[in-house]
Amino acid sequence: MGKFFRMALPPIALGLLAWGHYVGLAVAPPDREMGEVQRIMYVHVPAVWVALVALTLNFICSVTYLFKPSWKTDSLAEATAEVGLLFGAVGVLLGAIWGRPTWGVYWTWDPRLTTAAIMLVAYMGYMALRRFVEDPEKRAVWSAVVGIIAAVDLPIIWFSVKWWRSLHQVQSSPRTVDPAMVTPLRISAFAFLAFMILFIIHRYRIALSERQAEVALPDSLPTDSPEARRTAGVA
Amino acid sequence: MKPSKPIGLLRASFVLLAKDLLIEWRTRARLNALVFFALSTLLLFSFALGPDTKLLERNAGGYLWLAILFASTLSLGESFRVEQENACLDGLRLAPADARAIFLSKAVGNTLLLVVLGGLLIPVMVAIYGVKVTLGIGSLLATLVLGCMALAAPGTVYAAIASNARARDVLLPLLLFPLIVPALLASAKGMTLVLQGDPMNQLNSWFGLLGGFNLIYWGLGFLLFPRVVED
Repeated sequence: MGKFFRMALPPIALGLLAWGHYVGLAVAPPDREMGEVQRIMYVHVPAVWVALVALTLNFICSVTYLFKPSWKTDSLAEATAEVGLLFGAVGVLLGAIWGRPTWGVYWTWDPRLTTAAIMLVAYMGYMALRRFVEDPEKRAVWSAVVGIIAAVDLPIIWFSVKWWRSLHQVQSSPRTVDPAMVTPLRISAFAFLAFMILFIIHRYRIALSERQAEVALPDSLPTDSPEARRTAGVA
Repeated sequence: MKPSKPIGLLRASFVLLAKDLLIEWRTRARLNALVFFALSTLLLFSFALGPDTKLLERNAGGYLWLAILFASTLSLGESFRVEQENACLDGLRLAPADARAIFLSKAVGNTLLLVVLGGLLIPVMVAIYGVKVTLGIGSLLATLVLGCMALAAPGTVYAAIASNARARDVLLPLLLFPLIVPALLASAKGMTLVLQGDPMNQLNSWFGLLGGFNLIYWGLGFLLFPRVVED
């Protein structure tokens, strides 16, 4: 399994991304109203989807950590939050680029955009908390608590377009989107999903190694405390 | 000796709240600092925006809530700083009381302090921004209490976290501000309606939003707080 992710996933992800871009840019028809500008949907929508998936994983890790503490869960929580934040930022940025020609402005205070901005800032706070707390155990518990509290925003982002019915269109589904557009959207979504898994695995490995280094470090360093010297075998 | 009954959650919260209020009453340091901080914030808004009376009057509700929000970060941080001295928080945890009682007492205490602060700021706002309370004292008080509750619940959890972390003065606003946006929006809109009248009857929907926000975050804080202060 580990070998599959290391060896096979990167080419699969790159291939899917290239295929999705080819179909999205060259094969799919331009939108009747928005024209060529609409093609940004094939990357904007998957990026936000994947961000929500990663941050939902972060919520699951946070809850799991509080019930069953483990460095692996904590490292996975760190990895998912960072990758979710990355894809979320990409999605919001692409949305702003699309908003300029379509709505005439880069940013409106539409509920969808506002809740997405709140998500980005909330998880930046989460990342800052992780940097500001040195004790690994406290950091893990506190970031789990903050991860749970921040996750309240995620369902609000998803349903905001249904609840408020403002500028941002409602979620696209295969029933509402033309089949010629659904295929590139699906391919791109799987490409982004593959990249998300890749990034998370990579980041998770780094986080886990950091954690091991942090937890192991005090014993391996020379110290003046008598107890620590006895356990380390330095009489 | 009779085995003593463990102290109940509500009673423990009440005792802790009384302790916090007594400390506050004896020193009055926190409330004094907060009032002057919030007052100068209110004044600064009018200086930064120029003497445009119409603009100030229209946005008075928003300025009031921003002043309360900025003051609340001071107040929330302070509420746990007193427990950091002489390791008082460890003492509280060793007492045979529920850790959730600490949350309830701190959150209720912070709410009370912010409501008092708001109560002192409103007359000033009425004077310097030239607004009048159109909907009456009842709606005004309801907006104030609901809004302060919404600031206090997540703020108490985050203040407990930030008080132990490095760069605590940056961390609390960094964590709290994004979270508080819906509550700030609802409180400011509600306050504006209270001040300018509510012909479309929208106030209740903002109260609904604040009520839902309070329900979620008081519940989450109550459930999660024991994990925050455990060792």
